[in-house]
Amino acid sequence: MKSLLKMSWMEAKLFLREPASAFFTLVFPLIYLFLYGAISGNEPTPMYGGQRTIEVAIPSLTAVIIAMAGLMSNTMTMATYREKGILRRLRTTPVSPLVVLVAQVIVTFVMTLLGMVLLVVAGRLVFGVRFTGNVFSLLAGFTLGSLSFFSIGFILAGIMPTVRTAWVAAMVIVYPMLLLSGAFFAVEVLPPFVQKISSFIPLTYIVNLLRGLWSGEPWSSHLRDVAVLVGMLVLGVGLAAKTFRWE
Amino acid sequence: MNTVVHVESLRKTYGATVAVEDLSFDVREGEIFGMVGPNGAGKSTTIECVEGLRRPDRGTLQVLGLDPQRESRQLRERTGIQLQQSNLPDRMKVWEALDLYAAFYPHPADWRELLTRLGLEEKRDTAFAHLSGGQKQRLFIALALLPDPQLVFLDELTTGLDPQARHAIWDLVRDVRGRGKTVFLTTHFMEEAERLCDRVAILDHGRIVALDTPAALIHAFGTGERIVFDITGGLPASFAAALPAGATCEIHEGRVTITGRAGNHEDPANGSANCPASLVSAVVALLTAQQIPFRDLRSEQPSLEDVFLSLTGRQLRE
Repeated sequence: MKSLLKMSWMEAKLFLREPASAFFTLVFPLIYLFLYGAISGNEPTPMYGGQRTIEVAIPSLTAVIIAMAGLMSNTMTMATYREKGILRRLRTTPVSPLVVLVAQVIVTFVMTLLGMVLLVVAGRLVFGVRFTGNVFSLLAGFTLGSLSFFSIGFILAGIMPTVRTAWVAAMVIVYPMLLLSGAFFAVEVLPPFVQKISSFIPLTYIVNLLRGLWSGEPWSSHLRDVAVLVGMLVLGVGLAAKTFRWE
Repeated sequence: MNTVVHVESLRKTYGATVAVEDLSFDVREGEIFGMVGPNGAGKSTTIECVEGLRRPDRGTLQVLGLDPQRESRQLRERTGIQLQQSNLPDRMKVWEALDLYAAFYPHPADWRELLTRLGLEEKRDTAFAHLSGGQKQRLFIALALLPDPQLVFLDELTTGLDPQARHAIWDLVRDVRGRGKTVFLTTHFMEEAERLCDRVAILDHGRIVALDTPAALIHAFGTGERIVFDITGGLPASFAAALPAGATCEIHEGRVTITGRAGNHEDPANGSANCPASLVSAVVALLTAQQIPFRDLRSEQPSLEDVFLSLTGRQLRE
């Protein structure tokens, strides 16, 4: 327990010292929020059922943070730790690999949460965004979405032989996901064919769930999203444990 | 004396390559035990099997009375390991690394004291990436000493360091032994093994070809003493003929090298006429008697490096 706490604290400090990861989870989504606010104005949009674009943007950008933190930051940290022999060094101590992984999950989760909180605060203060859902529901959906997504990063780091290939793989996966999941713009405006592809993208389910919970929709109307995300979580944790390598 | 590491008939293969074969040795409590050998001789494989980081194919291993595979957790609590290749995150500071790793052990040594002992106090707040090679290596030694271990493994600890850093680290290792700990190290610097180790095992092609104290190895396998001097004229044939038995004489561009064994005190039957107590006095006496002018005469004692080369050959490896 003591080693897990120390490790998580250390990883949190390292996360914040790494400009790229801190930027993509904490600053980059805020920039997008302001861009949306500036471009789309505050008019209610019929496409979003009368919600303003800026209000839809917050859960969508939260999904972007989850994707960035889970895929980019997690993958790069773990792949770098392996390639540079940092895991090798840890292996010479009595610390269990579980502690290493759990600390990484805790830190990525807390940073992602921090990213979302920053979005909400900025949205409220600058654009007067309305929140019509339940805070605990939103947090539960956020937790499910984050944890099910983070395992992808660990799996990538486990199966890719080097940091460079892991980085390329993460980029190749993350960009189409961001574009086609509805995280950046509504899937509803895309042609039906592309909308079909969208349903094969894991991030889509996070976007749907978070948007719904944000506007106060009940869980019962998102059973499919929940089922997919729970499935991903179970499968992801299993695969991540299987693909874990010290070196 | 107690045995800290017991290895019997160790065998490890990687695919078709046999890394080590039928390796047996003991490391005794309180000694600095060194393992030397050309690249690919099996040093790292052996030390990693003993550390429990690799699973041997065959053989019995006992380290501090534990099985390195089945009781690896207990073993890691009681041993300190410095790896040949490892790193810390670039932005981790020196004190943070020590503080973090200390949390992994049930009874860690005081890292603040280690910081001072290893001369890293000034670098306390320096990020890992900004340390020099010697400072990184000292930090890794500090991490290896953190569990307050009974046994410390040091794999190639001075590779890539300048002579100052190397000597400083040798002093540290002697200090570790002085505190009653056992040190098991590998190196490919023969000078390091000769100066630092109490006993040395020479490995070649996955087998131990010799194991003893450096002095005993030199005595048993040394090519003998070398006398080197310069002459201006030629060397009469009568000079070489009059050399002690077994001594060879080579001339190259006016520089004479005579190689031979010093007096063999264990074999009095050999007679003192043919085999004087010291090769150098015989050569000087001969030069004086034959009135041969010479300059810059010096005598070179055999080193562990000579033993190593005579046992493992001069062929390039890899």
